[in-house]
Amino acid sequence: MAERPSTDEALFEYLLRLGDNCLILGHRTSEWCGKGPALEEDIALANTALDLIGQTQLWLSLAGEIEGKGRTADDLAYKRDAMDFRNVLLVEQPNGDFGQTLVRQFLFDAWHLPTLQALGDSSDSRLAEIAEKAIKEVTYHLERSTDLVIRLGDGTGESHARLQRAVDALWPLTDELREADDIERTLAGDGMAADPDALAQAWDTHVSNVLSRATLSRPEDGHGRYKGSGKRGRHSEHLGYILAEMQFLPRTYPDASW
Amino acid sequence: MYAQMVKTDGTGIKSSEQMTPEERAFQERIDADSRIEPKEWMPAGYRKTLIRQISQHAHSEIVGQLPESNWVTRAPTLERKAILLAKVQDEAGHGLYLYCAAETLGISRDEMFEQLHSGRAKYSSIFNYPTLSWADIGTVGWLVDGAAIMNQVPLQRTSYGPYARAMVRICKEESFHQRQGFHIMMQMAKGTEAQRRMAQDALDRFWYPALMMFGPSDADSVHSAQSMAWKIKIDTNDGLRQKFVDQTVPQAEYLGLTVPDDKLAWNADKFGEGKGGYDFSEPDWDEFFAVISGDGPCNAERLGARVKAWEEGAWYREGLMANAAKQADRQPAQAAA
Amino acid sequence: MSSVSSSAYPDTKEPAAERTPRPEWPLWEIFIRGQHGLNHRHVGSLHASDAQMAISNARDVYTRRNEGVSIWAVRSADIVASAPSEKGPLFDPADSKVYRHPTFFDIPEEVGHM
Repeated sequence: MAERPSTDEALFEYLLRLGDNCLILGHRTSEWCGKGPALEEDIALANTALDLIGQTQLWLSLAGEIEGKGRTADDLAYKRDAMDFRNVLLVEQPNGDFGQTLVRQFLFDAWHLPTLQALGDSSDSRLAEIAEKAIKEVTYHLERSTDLVIRLGDGTGESHARLQRAVDALWPLTDELREADDIERTLAGDGMAADPDALAQAWDTHVSNVLSRATLSRPEDGHGRYKGSGKRGRHSEHLGYILAEMQFLPRTYPDASW
Repeated sequence: MYAQMVKTDGTGIKSSEQMTPEERAFQERIDADSRIEPKEWMPAGYRKTLIRQISQHAHSEIVGQLPESNWVTRAPTLERKAILLAKVQDEAGHGLYLYCAAETLGISRDEMFEQLHSGRAKYSSIFNYPTLSWADIGTVGWLVDGAAIMNQVPLQRTSYGPYARAMVRICKEESFHQRQGFHIMMQMAKGTEAQRRMAQDALDRFWYPALMMFGPSDADSVHSAQSMAWKIKIDTNDGLRQKFVDQTVPQAEYLGLTVPDDKLAWNADKFGEGKGGYDFSEPDWDEFFAVISGDGPCNAERLGARVKAWEEGAWYREGLMANAAKQADRQPAQAAA
Repeated sequence: MSSVSSSAYPDTKEPAAERTPRPEWPLWEIFIRGQHGLNHRHVGSLHASDAQMAISNARDVYTRRNEGVSIWAVRSADIVASAPSEKGPLFDPADSKVYRHPTFFDIPEEVGHM
């Protein structure tokens, strides 16, 4: 691969986005430990969280390599402040009730899988390799979240209402998933990352289909423009608290190894 | 030990003459190390005791997730985060296997949850203690899982088939739990001064509660004697506790940590005929009884968290049942009956 | 010689017309055939609201260590098992993989579906 600083910088940013999405969503999901609505669901949630943390390690390690300053995945996870994180706003939202957690997971999975599938064909073999590993896991994540959204959307009046509330609340944050910026377009142009328009289309088709089968209504688009930009480091107030908790030990004991 | 002081409803082991022919034949099968399976005849007391023991064990696994999940979001590396998450997940799985084993005896999982949430059923005393530092996570794996494993390995030979099979599965998965805890302790005990201090503090707080896990001395307990005759219980409380101390003290020495017991001393002839063991101080049994009656540091938080999870999850469970019913209605002749 | 026994609780069977949602998920027995396995083995049970959820849950509960590829789920109540011989407690199952069948003890109604 030709060494072009601007591509490496774009790639570094892009890998942080992929890794940070997995890290923050994995972290949020792990907050459910021991508190899920059923034992079987507790175990499923932990599987999802474990998958995401594993993927975090892969993406952030590669990011550190590309950056070339010797930062490991742990360095990146535990020592950056909020404005240097690149996850989308959707994944840092609080868990709320299980309905909100589920809808957050579903809306993300519907983007995550096609993204990984496209990355599996990346011209950069390092990205393709990681994507291949993650595809099996994320295929299952999307299968499960899709199935649960349909079942609970078309369950009792209460399960339907909770899911609709969650869809309405989280919908504006999906703009960020669906709208590509120059980093994504540059990398797509080089064949390294997914074509953003194809991604947005795949997301739209799947989500619309599922909402309809779940008897849920699709909210109006276009209300996410002024929410901020996680991809660019302009996060919600939630991320600061997540990091304060997550990073506490390494920051308090900087010379300790664990 | 996750099932402490399980009552047997009896006043003692019956002699052969006192037993009915069925009871005698049943006891002979147990003595011959035969497995008892769900459809077979069993004394009412055997069934009741098993339900109590297995469900108490299951409750302990489920509640036991909480002191550890307390630190999942603060795990100091991605690796430690993943390992702790996997351990807590295993505990949910163990609870699940055990509830399912108990269900073969004629009680439902929901009924067992009701017993737990109402306070009628107990869980192991150890989980009513707080985890205050990352070193506690190491200590819980090292001491609490260490104690649990001592009890669980022999239970793979317990007389009731579904319980024994659940224990086999659990023991296979348990193998990494204690090791991960000890690994954390090693890292910290040989780490910075602050880490070493944290590790020692954790040992100071968890040593006696860990000894309490085995339950008070059962030398005179009619319940223990009956449970052992039925092979629902394999070792005595004191026997397990001695074994635990003998195994653990050298591990503490390896770590360079001090067991908080100034009476601790190796006694080369403790059991006669050259068989030695450590002399050690008994835990404060008043504290133990207070903790299992609800006055421990975290009882309200632990039970509260489980009740909250259950109640707040009702709409999810009901939603899925409603959807299942709708789907069944939509199938023409293949309606699930 | 063993004989086939009918379902443990013929009088607690739900009438076909009644299908209101019950609060408790039924119990399912799970069978898994591993990647290189020849047969499905009984691995345990779990609760789920219907068959598809049982399979989905089984993937998480019983294959999270990549233990299996093909999963069967059967409602525990639908399993028909051989009865112990008329000689009573001397019956010794030849196959250690005996199905965990609900017992023949009376179950109070409030316990719910078994």
